Amino acid sequence: MLFTQVTLINRILIPRIEFEMNPTGSLCANNWARSSSLVPPGNGLQTNLSLDPSSFFGVGIETPFKEINQPSPTQCVIPGESKKDVKITDQETSKLQDWDPSAMLNNLSFLEEKIHQLQDVVHMIVNKKFQPFEQPRELVTQEQQLITADLTSIIVQLISTAGSLLPSVRNTVANTSPLIGQLSQLRGINLPFGTGTSSGIQPQNNCENKLFDHSIQNDVPNKCEMEQNHNMEEHEHKDEEDMEEGENLPPGSYEILQLEKEEILAPHTHFCTICGKGFKRDANLRMHMRGHGDEYKTPAALAKPHKETGSEPKLIKRYSCPYGGCKRNKDHKKFQPLKTILCVKNHYKRTHCDKSYTCSRCHTKKFSVIADLKTHEKHCGKDKWLCSCGTTFSRKDKLFGHIALFQGHTPAIPLEENKGLAEPPDRCDAKENSTMVGSMNFCFGSNPSSENGIDNMMDVKGNIDDPINYFSSLNFEGCNFGAFNEFSQPPFEDSDSSFSFLMSGSFNYAPKSGGESCSDNL
Amino acid sequence: MKKQKFIVEQQNSNNNNLFESLSEELIFTILDFLEPNNQSKQTKKSFSLCCKWFHALESKHRRALRPLRAEHIPTILARYPSIQNIDLTLCSRVNDTSLTLIAGAYKNTLRRIDLSRSRFFTGNGILNVAVNCVNLVELDLSNATELRDAAMVGVARAVNLEKLWLNRCKLVTDMGIGCIAVGCRKLKLISLKWCVGVADLGVDLIAIKCKQLSSMDLSYLPITEKCLTSIFKLQHLEDLVLEGCFGVGDDSLNNLVVNQGCKTLKKLDISGCQNISHIGLSKLTSISGCVKQLVLADGSPATLAFADSLSKLSMLQSITLDGCIITSDGLKAIGNLCISLKELSLSKCSGVTDEALSFLVSKHRDLRKLDITCCRKITDVSIASIANSCRSLTSLKMESCTLVSSEAYILIGQKCHYLEELDLTDNEIDDEGLESISRCSRLSSLKLGICLNITDRGVSYVGMCCSKIKELDLYRCTGVTDLGISAIASGCPDLEMINTAYCTSITDRALFCLSKCANLQTLEIRGCLLVTSIGLASISMNCKQLSRLDIKKCYNIDDSGMIPLAHFSQNLRQINLSYSSVTDVGLLSLAGICCLQNFTLLHLQGLSPQGLAAALLACGGLTKAKLHVKLRSLLPELLIRHIEARGCVFEWRDKVFQAELDPKCWKLQLEDLIQ
Repeated sequence: MLFTQVTLINRILIPRIEFEMNPTGSLCANNWARSSSLVPPGNGLQTNLSLDPSSFFGVGIETPFKEINQPSPTQCVIPGESKKDVKITDQETSKLQDWDPSAMLNNLSFLEEKIHQLQDVVHMIVNKKFQPFEQPRELVTQEQQLITADLTSIIVQLISTAGSLLPSVRNTVANTSPLIGQLSQLRGINLPFGTGTSSGIQPQNNCENKLFDHSIQNDVPNKCEMEQNHNMEEHEHKDEEDMEEGENLPPGSYEILQLEKEEILAPHTHFCTICGKGFKRDANLRMHMRGHGDEYKTPAALAKPHKETGSEPKLIKRYSCPYGGCKRNKDHKKFQPLKTILCVKNHYKRTHCDKSYTCSRCHTKKFSVIADLKTHEKHCGKDKWLCSCGTTFSRKDKLFGHIALFQGHTPAIPLEENKGLAEPPDRCDAKENSTMVGSMNFCFGSNPSSENGIDNMMDVKGNIDDPINYFSSLNFEGCNFGAFNEFSQPPFEDSDSSFSFLMSGSFNYAPKSGGESCSDNL
Repeated sequence: MKKQKFIVEQQNSNNNNLFESLSEELIFTILDFLEPNNQSKQTKKSFSLCCKWFHALESKHRRALRPLRAEHIPTILARYPSIQNIDLTLCSRVNDTSLTLIAGAYKNTLRRIDLSRSRFFTGNGILNVAVNCVNLVELDLSNATELRDAAMVGVARAVNLEKLWLNRCKLVTDMGIGCIAVGCRKLKLISLKWCVGVADLGVDLIAIKCKQLSSMDLSYLPITEKCLTSIFKLQHLEDLVLEGCFGVGDDSLNNLVVNQGCKTLKKLDISGCQNISHIGLSKLTSISGCVKQLVLADGSPATLAFADSLSKLSMLQSITLDGCIITSDGLKAIGNLCISLKELSLSKCSGVTDEALSFLVSKHRDLRKLDITCCRKITDVSIASIANSCRSLTSLKMESCTLVSSEAYILIGQKCHYLEELDLTDNEIDDEGLESISRCSRLSSLKLGICLNITDRGVSYVGMCCSKIKELDLYRCTGVTDLGISAIASGCPDLEMINTAYCTSITDRALFCLSKCANLQTLEIRGCLLVTSIGLASISMNCKQLSRLDIKKCYNIDDSGMIPLAHFSQNLRQINLSYSSVTDVGLLSLAGICCLQNFTLLHLQGLSPQGLAAALLACGGLTKAKLHVKLRSLLPELLIRHIEARGCVFEWRDKVFQAELDPKCWKLQLEDLIQ
């Protein structure tokens, strides 16, 4: 756990520190020295205390820095540490794909050594207990923490090593192991577990600049990835709810089932063996069965099928989506399993099927799951209070409060009422934009939940000084990001602008449905 | 002859009109002087018919326009280039095309447009006017019951708008008003009477955004105290009408913070607000020291406490308490408190006693207008004290003060010489009283309806002395005959309106005399059985201004009366022909009057459905037709729809045929009804 925290902090710190460090090389070196000094082997306590994350990548073992600094374990939080990770991960990602037996051997021997080290440490602690003076309490707990952390790192290492043996499982490993799964989610990069340990050892003094370059370049896509994830959550929030946030089962602790497309879309799942009639629920089937004879009327036949109350712990079932390339597909790099069959059905319909149910009220919103439609219809039209800036309100007084507060904002009259209202024929020239307000407002208002709505708002705020140009045609077209999907990925130089954020969103999304989802949002 | 020759010579030599030598400025100055004249319409018409040059100049000079029909708008627009004020109240059908034309023609000049009586336009037309006419300051959209919020978006584009009437725009909601509030920031007057879709939020926003507002009419809106806070923050508010706002009450006003402002408030109307008692009133006016006019009709009882709440209002000049329950103490207290009261209306107030009223008028000697209609308890005592105290009274309305004896009116005539308006309907006045009242030489409006004691003698006094009379009501004064009317006709040349309904002894001779009154606009001779077409013909020929005519139950008037009417009275707007002997021919000839807007045709024996259909088609400007319901089935549905599409409203009545009653018998019946 500590490991994750460390990387988290480091991740945040990277850009700032880069600035601090670059001008003064000495400071840099000092930092590096400190961090690496924790690692040297055979250095008694200090070595054993070294539980910095790099150690299990084999980075710290032969570091060239021999300086010995304070042995305080809190030093782990030094930012320099994480840079190593970043660098390593960047360089090793490509190598991850092919399995190298020699690397495996390396790995195993490293693990062995590691276990030995740990053994030593525990030994030492045991010895210390018999010493006359008492150790401060803090140190004891720290030691304990270090040991547990070291142990977990070993376990992880072991799992990843095992994972690299099985090509099909390898991807799931990253997602399901509690520590690394989180880590990879955060960074959006697969860590090179167990592979190429030796390459991790770098002459760090030399490559500082290179490192920063990497981190900068890496940072932006990462961010996008994060947003992307966020997007995904919006789409599949229901699944997420079912999933329990952060459920990260270790790989192999559950069995993966994958239903076929036809199976998922079948209206019925339970069929009568006699007449072949289909049912959605087995209870209904059982009720139906009663009609086929007395033997189905016994309490035993009517009872719920026994739930394997056997003592043997059954493997948890998790489901995979049959759609190739989907994040919920077991072949995906960052596979996230679905918890129940219902999840699978809803996920598949939502993500990979046509949205065939249209809201009968607004006629704009479409759904593929009927329950979603019903949920929407409950609220459809409630957000009917609309401002010219595109903001919608569920309550009229809130809208009027908003209008009273901001200069130039007016209540927007819904489209149905505006239909008859056309611009006077003789003075159309300068006002085309403003006529659009009515019609376009409505478009915006119809999907209040979409992130693009927010984006529109931002656009509008930029133009607020010129009330006539609230919705210039340019802005509106600019929102059609779906069209950009055809183009190659643009460089994310100005990642701060909402524009590129949106583009990135549409890009990183599952390639086939990306365009569709984007246009739906609009 | 010499002059004519000269002119002819001039024309021959220069090929020019003498009038053309007059400069434009000069003629404009002359036209400016014609402006305030009452008959400017005719005068200007004659002026412009003088010669082409005058015609052109008059067209150029014209600022205000009131077109009769929307069809004429294109030609009118071509003729008058600089109209500022266009009044479309006579055009019932004004469509978007017309508005677009107007907007295109008067882009920079138009300042006021009145669409209060027009229909068939939509938000597009309004948007057009609002966008194009950048100087538009006043817009009247009252009675546009079809308009929705979308049209208000159009109104909101008129950024310079200062006055806006939206009375009875029932489909407009807060959203539309919100748009106006944001768009028309310069609004000074807004009237939202009967806009029942508008509530607190809309009114609140108007008050927040339009800081210049000085006049607000919020009658019958479902508003509560919530919007009052922002209204009372307005720095220039002078006139606030909250008539029939039942949502505003004492309880809510207690919590209201009215401290900020409305020091400028001059007129407050809370009539019909039953939930506002004296407590709420004192809250509302707590810091509005300069309130001059209070309208509290149909409100809470006027008691002593109520009168106390007026104590702070030192500038108060006018109080209207119509229909309130009033106590003697309250009335007395009003007498004590308000120092400079000029107008007091106690119409239909039960509880007004002689004692209290006498006390009140004795304190308010400056009273100019007093309305004590239907104060049935008061007697000669009150009238005596009114006459003695209020010498400068200009208006006295005392309809149905039945306990007042005939002597009291002598006193009024003796003391109140400045009376201009006197309503004595349904009173015991007799000829002596009228003789005395005839001393009020400024009298312009005199109502003597159902005064059965007056005769020709009394009316002659009025005719002889009150030369300024414009309006005379002799409804059911059965004692009045041709002699009285002839005295009026010769003595009152300015007469504009006369009602001699059910004065059964009146004959054609009276009409011959009345035809001398060239300004006569309204003539009501309902139930004058002796009047014939000849009398009506003389009226039609001489009274060119005649616009309203009621000849209901004049059985002797037939088509021969209609033909001269159609020929000469081209200003006729409204006619009631029920029970007369007019047939298809007469009705069809009336269709030639292009101004005709409104007719009532009930129980016309000689009328055939075909004739009616032809007349309906021929009267292009018709806006309202009152017909018997059984005619409906006889008229083709398509025709009805066509006429309605032209802007005419049908009123289908199902009245039974009524035989005429004896006047005395009628009054007895009336009294029975009252009691």
